Amino acid sequence: MAGEKEIRSKIASVKNMQKITSAMEKVAASKIRKAQLQMEASRPYAQRIRRVVGHLTQANPDYKHPYLMQREIDRVGFIIISTDRGLCGGLNANMFKTAIGAIAEWQEKGIKVDLSLVGAKAVQFFKRMGGNVLGTASHLGDEPSVNELIGAIRVMLDSYEEGAIDRLYVIHNEFVSAMSQKPIIVPLLPCTVELEEGELQEHWDYLYEPDAAELLDDVLTRYIESQVYRGAVENFACEMAAKMVAMKSATDNAGEIIDGLQLEYNKARQAAITQEISEIVGGAAAVSG
Amino acid sequence: MATIKVDIVSAEGEIHSGDAAMVFAPASMGEVGIAPRHAPMLTTLKPGEVRVQTEEGEEEAFYITGGMLEIQPNQVTILADTALRGDQLDEAAALAAQQQAEKALEGAADETDVAKATAELQEARARYRASQKMKGKR
Repeated sequence: MAGEKEIRSKIASVKNMQKITSAMEKVAASKIRKAQLQMEASRPYAQRIRRVVGHLTQANPDYKHPYLMQREIDRVGFIIISTDRGLCGGLNANMFKTAIGAIAEWQEKGIKVDLSLVGAKAVQFFKRMGGNVLGTASHLGDEPSVNELIGAIRVMLDSYEEGAIDRLYVIHNEFVSAMSQKPIIVPLLPCTVELEEGELQEHWDYLYEPDAAELLDDVLTRYIESQVYRGAVENFACEMAAKMVAMKSATDNAGEIIDGLQLEYNKARQAAITQEISEIVGGAAAVSG
Repeated sequence: MATIKVDIVSAEGEIHSGDAAMVFAPASMGEVGIAPRHAPMLTTLKPGEVRVQTEEGEEEAFYITGGMLEIQPNQVTILADTALRGDQLDEAAALAAQQQAEKALEGAADETDVAKATAELQEARARYRASQKMKGKR
């Protein structure tokens, strides 16, 4: 049976852990709000650029940009966005399961898969799993920026332009609510731009400088980047939400462990006292007897 | 006096939104001045200053690192880049991402404090379970 002192020090160490997990829970809760604002802030840009792409594709029916053309599929690319840090429940594990499922599906059809990884967890995971990784970006911090993502996106776009990959998807977690996040697969290339109702009816065109084809190239690249950026920001919001829930249950569990240990401590203490009394009584009986 | 609506947005958020009497932007073919009812136009921007003149004659300046400029008769939209761009720079970024991938997949996984904390928590849990087992035996 463990001694009193030992149990006491165990209780103290679990209490320390509980303090850490509850602090992490509070930090995550405050960061969710910020991440959600960041998600919202990316919306006007995405809307605008989608409209411009719509106009450009409609204004230049003759010019077929490779990003807009459907090709026969021989190889597909995935950009997989994970978190940088753990302790966020099953968030990454669920997402990797979806990713592995999607990859296996393509491989069954004899189609090869290339990967570009965002986030340290994805890098660790695919290091173990194997896979043809073209590029990575990790340690994005609390505010992912487009700047840090450009490289990881560019390797895939280059690969697409060279004709190595024929489809490009991004996988990340979708922020359904603070309690629920689910992994989603979003197709990026070839890109299909849906125009809003009524937009096609207006017959007007821009003046282009320098020329429409070049502009289309620039706009499409940025359009894809903005989508991946949004994925990264959304995934960060998911990370914080999942972390909050995971840390809350960790704090609760620590509380349970402390209760259990406390009970054990009380028993040990009582046993020691009982023993002492019985020794004294026994000794007294021997003397007087 | 007529005004034109100006929105300067980047992928990371809105930079400026408001009405203006005149807008100057550093288009790739030379600086352009945009007055209300300008013809629809689309062009790329190079790094430089976007100046927004309000009706009262006040001027606000924003530095952008490039981007796209979309003009409609009563609306100017500047889709600002958040980083310096250019084919060579983009390729450099791509190369860096590739190298990072190679390094990350070769090298040992870095141990973080968080990972240590997880291990400690697991140890405490195992200890507790063991102590419970001992209790059961007694």
